[in-house]
Amino acid sequence: MSNLSTPPPVPPPTGGVTDAENNLENKEVEGLSQSQIVRRRFFRHKGAVASMVSLAFIVVLAFSAVGFDFAVFGVQIKTPGWWQWTWTEIPTAQSGGRPTLSLVPQWMGGDGVRFGDHPFGQDEIGRDIFAVVMRGTQQSIVIMVVVGLIATTIGTVIGAVAGYYRGWVDAILMRFTDVIITIPLIVIGAVLGLAFGNLGAFVLAIIIGLFTWTGLARLVRADVLSLREREFVDAARVAGATDRRIIFKHILPNAIGVIIVNTTLLMAAAILLETALSFLGYGVQSPDTSLGKIISENQSAFATRPWLFWWPGVFIIAIALCINFIGDGLRDAFDPRQKRIPNARALAKAAAARDNSAAVQA
Amino acid sequence: MAAFVIRRLIASFFVLLAATFLMYNLVALSGDPLEDLRASNAPNKQQLIDSRTDLLNLDVIAPLRYFLWLGALIQGDFGVTTQGRSVNALLEQALGSTLQLVTIATVVAIILGLIVGITTALRQYSGYDYTVTFISFLFFSLPIFWVAVLLKQFVAIGFNDFLEDDPQLSLAFIAIFSLLAGLLWSSIIPGSTKRKAVTFMIAVGATASMLTIMNLVDWFSVPGLTIIGVAIIGLGSAVGFTALITGLKNRRALYAALTVAGLGLALYFPFQFGISFYITEWWMLAALALATIGVGLGVGWLMGGADKGPVMRVAAFTGFITAGAIALDRFMMVWDDYATSGLIRGRPIATIGSSTPNLEGSLWVEGVDIYTHLLLPTMALILISFATYTRYSRASLLEVMNQDYIRTARAKGLAERTVVVRHAFRNALIPIATIVAFDIGGIVGGAVITERVFGWTGMGALFQNGLDNTDPNPVMAFFLVVGGLAILFNLIADLVYAALDPRIRVN
Repeated sequence: MSNLSTPPPVPPPTGGVTDAENNLENKEVEGLSQSQIVRRRFFRHKGAVASMVSLAFIVVLAFSAVGFDFAVFGVQIKTPGWWQWTWTEIPTAQSGGRPTLSLVPQWMGGDGVRFGDHPFGQDEIGRDIFAVVMRGTQQSIVIMVVVGLIATTIGTVIGAVAGYYRGWVDAILMRFTDVIITIPLIVIGAVLGLAFGNLGAFVLAIIIGLFTWTGLARLVRADVLSLREREFVDAARVAGATDRRIIFKHILPNAIGVIIVNTTLLMAAAILLETALSFLGYGVQSPDTSLGKIISENQSAFATRPWLFWWPGVFIIAIALCINFIGDGLRDAFDPRQKRIPNARALAKAAAARDNSAAVQA
Repeated sequence: MAAFVIRRLIASFFVLLAATFLMYNLVALSGDPLEDLRASNAPNKQQLIDSRTDLLNLDVIAPLRYFLWLGALIQGDFGVTTQGRSVNALLEQALGSTLQLVTIATVVAIILGLIVGITTALRQYSGYDYTVTFISFLFFSLPIFWVAVLLKQFVAIGFNDFLEDDPQLSLAFIAIFSLLAGLLWSSIIPGSTKRKAVTFMIAVGATASMLTIMNLVDWFSVPGLTIIGVAIIGLGSAVGFTALITGLKNRRALYAALTVAGLGLALYFPFQFGISFYITEWWMLAALALATIGVGLGVGWLMGGADKGPVMRVAAFTGFITAGAIALDRFMMVWDDYATSGLIRGRPIATIGSSTPNLEGSLWVEGVDIYTHLLLPTMALILISFATYTRYSRASLLEVMNQDYIRTARAKGLAERTVVVRHAFRNALIPIATIVAFDIGGIVGGAVITERVFGWTGMGALFQNGLDNTDPNPVMAFFLVVGGLAILFNLIADLVYAALDPRIRVN
C-alpha cells in the first residue's frame, strides 16, 4: 500500500533520500523506550510545557502563601503561610479596598513595580482578596487532584473488569454506568453538595469523584475489549498468570494513554464543576471560601469593585486552561499515529536534494 | 434493526427506572421537607406538619415512597409541591421557557462550530488554525457564570450606553475591526502571498466602507437592510451556495438560484407594506418559511435539467436565506419604535427575564423583544458549547481527509471543492451527527446556571427552587425530563450512527 501511495519518480538505488524521509520519525525514536518517546513528544509541545510551569507556579504560590488548613476525616492539617493576612482575618480597609498591585514601572508613567499590602484589593468589610483567592485556588487544586484520583481509580477498574470478563459482568457494570451517566453532574453535585458541602472541600471532592468516572470507564472498557484479544495476553495466560495480573500488569499499561489523557480532561471539568456548584451555593460553605463562591458573593459589586470579580475568575481560567493544554500535550505524546509535519520550506529543501541526487546519479 | 431498537428501549427503560430510584433517595437524603415548618412557631404548627406529611406521603420511608410517586407518575401525575401546587403545570411552563432559551443557542453553536471547525481543518497548521485552537481551549476553560456577568457588564450595559446618545462608531474601532476582518479572510482564503494580500485589502476596504455607511445612515438608531441589503444578501447567497454545492460552472443551478433570489426581491415591497400586517401568529411565519423552501425546490425542479437534486438544494437554500433577510428587515423596521417606547426607554438589551412585562404589540415587536432578551444568554451558551463543536468537526474532517478514498478522488482529477464537499464533508458529518444528537439530549438540563444568572424561570429554576425549599417533586420532575431526554437521545445517536455509517451493523 505504501509504495502505491508514494511512487518515487526515480527509484533511489541505495536507501536514498526518500526512504530516509519516510523514516524520519522512526530514526528519531530509534533505541528509545516507550516512556522516553512519550516524554520527548510531550516536551516538544510548547503550550503544554509552558502550562506545566505555570501550573506548578500557581500551586506553589497558593499553598505557600496562606498555608494550608484541611480537615480530612477529623484530622486537622494546618501549616503557616508567608503572606501577612489569612483568608479569615479582617484588616481595616485602605483607599476603598483598591488593589495595590502595580506592574508598570515608574519610568513608563506607572506607579512603579510593587506588591503592596493588598495586591488584589479588599472587599467591603476589608478581607484581603489575595489571601481569599489563594485559599480558593487551594480548594480548586485539592478538588481537582482528589476527583482525578478517585474517578480514575473507579473508572479504570470498572472499565477493565467489564472489558476483560465480558458477558454478564460487563452487562451489569455497563448498565450501572448508564444509570450514573443519566444523572447530570450539576444535578447530582447540587443534591449531594447540599447534604455534604459544609463538610469541606475534601469531602465534596470525594463525592464529585464518586460520580464522574463514567466516561473513563466506557473508554477503558472499549480499549480493554480490543487489547484482551492480542497475543501477549494469550502468552501471559499460557504462562499461568492470574486474571488480576493480566489486567493490571499486561493490559492496563497498554491503555495508559487513554487513561491519562481523560484524567486531565476530567480534572479540568471538576474544577469548573466545583466553582459552578459553589456559585449556585451548593459547594464549599462559609466560613471557608472557594473561587466560585467569591464570584457569586461579589457579582453585584462589579461596577464598584471589579477586582473582586476579576482575580478569582482569572485563577479559575488559568488552572483550567493549563490542565487542558497539558491534556492536549499528553494526547499528542501518546498518539502513535502522530507525525511531525515538516513545514513547507523543509519539504522544498528535501525535494531539491532529491532532484540533485537524481541528477548526480543519472 | 427492529429487534435492536426494542432491546435498547427495554434496557433504557430499566436504566431510567434505576436512575430515578437512586435520585429519589438522594433527594430525600438532601433535606427534610418539613424543616421550615418545624422551625416555625405558628399556633397550628402540628396541623401544618400533618397536612404536608399527608400531602407528600412523608410518613412512608423514602425507598417505598418512590413507588407511590412512580404509581402516580404512570397516570401522568408529577405530584404536588410543598405548597400544594401541581407540578405538571409548573413543568409545562418551565419546559417551554427553557426550550425557547436553548434552541437558538444550540442551533447557532452547531452551525458556527461546524463552519469554523471545517475551515480550520482545511487550513491546518495556519495562523488561523492556531488562533482558533487557542480560543477554543480558552472557551473550554471559561466558567459560564463568569462569562455571563462579563456579558451583562460589557455587552448589555456598555452597548445600551452606546445606543443612548447618538450612536456613532469611533474611527479607531472601525480601523481595528477592519484590520481584524482582513486578517481573518486572508487566512481563510487560500492562495499565494500576493493573492492573500489582495484578499486582505478587499476585506479591509469592504468592512471599513460598510461600517462607515452604517455610521452615516445612523444605522444603530434606525437599523434596517432595505431592499439593497436584501438584494446583496439574496444574490450573494445565490452565488455562494452555487459555488459551494455545485460549482459556478453549473449554469442551471446558478440561474435557478438567481431566479429564486429575484422572486424574493420582487416580493419585498408587497411583503413589507402589505402581507406582513396579516401575519399575527408564529406558525404563520413558519408556514411562510416552509412555503419559501417549497418554492425553491419547485424552481430547482423545473430548471434542474438532468441532475435535479443539487439544483433543487441550491435553490431552496437561496430561497430560505433571501426570505430570512426580508423577515429580518421587517423586524428591524419596528426596532426604533421598540427601543424608544415607554417600557424600554432607549436601553433595549435586557439583562434579566425572558420578556418585557406588559409589552403589547404586533408579532414583529414581540420578536424584537424576544431577541433583546435572548441575546445575552444565547451568547453565553454559544461561547461555551461552540468550542466543543469546533474541536470535534475539525478532528473529524482531518481524520477523513487522510483516508485513501480522498486520495483516490483527488487522483481521478476531481476539483478540490468536490473532494471536500461531496467526499470528505459528508463522511465527516457522521460522528458529528451522533455528538449533536447526544448534546441535544443534554441541553435542557445544561442551562441551569445560565438561567440562574439571567433570571429565567425555566427548568433550572424549577430544579433550584425545589432543591432550596427541600421540595422533592419539582426536583424529580426536572430530573425525569432531563434524564429521559438524555437516554432517548443516546438511543437516537446510536441509531443515527447505524443508519449513516454502513460499516456499523446493529445486530
